[in-house]
Amino acid sequence: MSREAVLHNIRRAISERGVRGRFELPQRPAAPTYGEGRVDRFTERLVAHACTWEAIDSLEQLPERVMAWLESKGLAPRMAVAPPLMALPWPDVVERHSDRAGITEAVAVSLAFGGIAESGSLAMYSGPQSPITHNYAPEFHLVAVFAEDISDNQEGIWEKVRATGAMPRALNLIAGPSRTGDVEQTIQLGAHGPRQVHVLLVRAKASTS
Amino acid sequence: MKALPGTFDSRAAVALADPSLQKALKNFKPLFVAKRASAVAELEGFEQLRETAAAIKDAVLSELDTWLERYAAKVESLGGHVHFASDAAEAREIIREICRKANAKTICKGKSMVSEEIGLNEVLEDDGYKVVETDLGEYIIQLAKEPPSHIIAPAIHKTREQVADLFEQNHPGRPREETVAGLVNEARHALRERFFQSDVGITGGNFLIAETGTSVIVTNEGNGDLTQTLSRVHVVTSGIERVIPTLDDLSVFLRLLARSATGQDTECYTTLSSGPKRPGDPDGPEEYHVVLVDNGRSKMLAGRFSQMLRCIRCGACMNHCPVYGAVGGHAYGWVYPGPMGSILTPLFNGLAENYDLPNACTLNGRCQSVCPVKIPLTDLIRTMRNEQVKAGLMPASQRRMMSAWGWVARQPGLYRAFEKLGSKMLRLRAGRSGSIASLPGAGAWTRVRDLPAPSGPTFIDQWKSRGGQS
Amino acid sequence: MADASAARPRVGLLATCLMNVFRPNIGFSAAELLERAGCRVEVPSEQTCCGQPAYSAGDDDTARAMAKQVITQFDEYDYLVSPSGSCVGTIRKYPQLLADDPHWSGRAQALADKAFELLSFLVDVRKVEIDARYAGKATYHDSCSGLRQLGVKRQPRELLSRVEGLELAEMDDAEVCCGFGGSFCVKYPQISEKMVDDKLRSIADSGADTLLGGDLGCLMNMAGRLRRTGSKVRVWHTAEVLAGRTDGPAIGEEESR
Repeated sequence: MSREAVLHNIRRAISERGVRGRFELPQRPAAPTYGEGRVDRFTERLVAHACTWEAIDSLEQLPERVMAWLESKGLAPRMAVAPPLMALPWPDVVERHSDRAGITEAVAVSLAFGGIAESGSLAMYSGPQSPITHNYAPEFHLVAVFAEDISDNQEGIWEKVRATGAMPRALNLIAGPSRTGDVEQTIQLGAHGPRQVHVLLVRAKASTS
Repeated sequence: MKALPGTFDSRAAVALADPSLQKALKNFKPLFVAKRASAVAELEGFEQLRETAAAIKDAVLSELDTWLERYAAKVESLGGHVHFASDAAEAREIIREICRKANAKTICKGKSMVSEEIGLNEVLEDDGYKVVETDLGEYIIQLAKEPPSHIIAPAIHKTREQVADLFEQNHPGRPREETVAGLVNEARHALRERFFQSDVGITGGNFLIAETGTSVIVTNEGNGDLTQTLSRVHVVTSGIERVIPTLDDLSVFLRLLARSATGQDTECYTTLSSGPKRPGDPDGPEEYHVVLVDNGRSKMLAGRFSQMLRCIRCGACMNHCPVYGAVGGHAYGWVYPGPMGSILTPLFNGLAENYDLPNACTLNGRCQSVCPVKIPLTDLIRTMRNEQVKAGLMPASQRRMMSAWGWVARQPGLYRAFEKLGSKMLRLRAGRSGSIASLPGAGAWTRVRDLPAPSGPTFIDQWKSRGGQS
Repeated sequence: MADASAARPRVGLLATCLMNVFRPNIGFSAAELLERAGCRVEVPSEQTCCGQPAYSAGDDDTARAMAKQVITQFDEYDYLVSPSGSCVGTIRKYPQLLADDPHWSGRAQALADKAFELLSFLVDVRKVEIDARYAGKATYHDSCSGLRQLGVKRQPRELLSRVEGLELAEMDDAEVCCGFGGSFCVKYPQISEKMVDDKLRSIADSGADTLLGGDLGCLMNMAGRLRRTGSKVRVWHTAEVLAGRTDGPAIGEEESR
């Protein structure tokens, strides 16, 4: 078996150099923290990564604000919506589904597992409540995130993930719309993923909304 | 991938005479060097992160077997498959077999240097699969049938006009686009269908996490995510050295990677994948495979170049290398260019076949000073020269000169005499002009520059005649 | 080393091969500056080369032989000082080169510990009075070995700031290699040419009329290319300017100027 062959070769190399056990894993430097400025740092980094954002008081306001945003972009009210957001008071005109996103999907509305102040990243925890395709297939991605779910740093997200008892199949950290610099090193947004990412920062407590 | 034809010299000469490449290389400074410098300056404790990252790598490599076993067991517990490949041929076979079993027609690929290293595309295309590179840069060079010229910006040598030509030839029925935005949009549309048709998605793995059985990819375009999410089967190709212990270790590397690679504080998309689609999941691949490629790495682990296994493929070394900056990536002849390639390519493909690579370096040390995992690249390049000498590969003429010089330099009287003679002859040749425009036997110097002439008798002679006074 | 802090430490001046043949003025300038810094300067007459060409080429056997010779000639001094970052950089590699030789490894380490590049020695180890004038606008090229192996960066600038009449105009990419690289410049002349031309552009853009540096190899490369391209920029080793020995022709310059 190749597995045994490869591991055998590795063991031989390690013993030839006599390094086994000679190097200890180092203490990691403390991750950056922002105290009271955590949410401000988060929104500042969102903007730095070409996201737009607005604050809402509670999730109930989400449909109305999403509709306004779509209207401002001249977009039709058709969208993929994360299951936890399906039951919000959407106007009747909205065509919505929560299956995987398709090839012509224009808009998706998602709920983030958390946010990272350090990098302005959204953490998306895949599963029945949060289809991964919603994050990548549409041209426009609207993401709700509770202010209280914003961690100082990645390590804060890892901690929250560990608390759920398992890694999701996919944990997607997203910092802004898709981009590329591959043609003449000119940054262009909307390479393969969303062209625009709009964040709705929910001030209310997650549990009470 | 097969090595490119020609010698380093001939490929370098082509590169130096290629105006569009030279134009692209000029962009490196504002694009990579300056942006990295400011991204690094903005993060407190960057140096400490480099130290920590290097130490994590060294610790893992010193017990690599254990970490790989832990990682593999975790992946398998999540329903994923882990394959070990001793060499490139085995890795290709494993992936061909996965594609066969999946009845694949279309294979989408995220950027993966290991897949370039093992020459995967050629064999999959020969098998009749539609293989689509989805990173825009990789897509462009796939259309151009060229190898990457940079590990993170593979099509950096292509101008907008050249990309427009390629798209015009390959996207029939579409009007020619001239702007960057138009070209990016055209590629978006062309690739979108492929993503949704894809049967097998092959990506690299920037990091493998033992704690959680997770593979991590980092991209800006989102192509890797569409590739691995929409395909029925996801195959991760990765070198065996990419395993790290925990999620918290990942954070150390992520803080270094984007800053070192592109001067961003983070790339757009960092994706952690753990196993296949689970019950109730609306999307994601039904099968999840990891192919761990040795291909000479375990041998590297034993020898003088083990520190190369710290490499996280960020490209900072080449971005800061003045030789790479002069000739670009294709001159190096294979998958890995620049300083890291000057060490890796001889190790993978032979010291003799790649004699020039470690020699075409001024040992200026800039690569080493920016390496996020503190690989002593300059020292290793010199060590590689030593390996070449030990293998008897130094050209005979140079070897003879070196040993003659070495012998004379150990006879101070004789050395002095040669210096005296040389000084006198050069002064005669220069006359009062102060420099020499051409000199038999020194053509390689005087072809490019004048040779400043000695300004008088040797220092040691003058020092003696002045009785040791300045 | 016991007497190193004494009033007048004994310094062995390593006369680099290039300096010895091409630019004795740098040696005299170095000696003068060292004396002014309160050192007794001696030039071991049996010295030849530090072994850098062999070491860089990967010929470790030859490099080791040269290293032993240098150790033997210099270990009696309180310090080894040389007006070249790359030669001193090589000496600092001796311990690694001789690590497996119990007879030599300790001596190699002792020499490496007391080996200094001139300009950093004059700032970090011994203080020196600068009493020099130079009328001109100079730009400073950071030679790679000195900069990255020895951390020579601020010291030459500090010393130059005390030269009367000299204006320092930093060039862009002062820390980027000039394309010399020892045998590199003759093995890969086309690439070297591209690199030195990039450097010449930075020099020209700085508006300086004078180029300074701390390693003669780099200076000869740049001076030679400046001459070839008809530039009037004058090139000196920093020690020459600091010692006020700039009456004669600069590097590569005709005599009757």
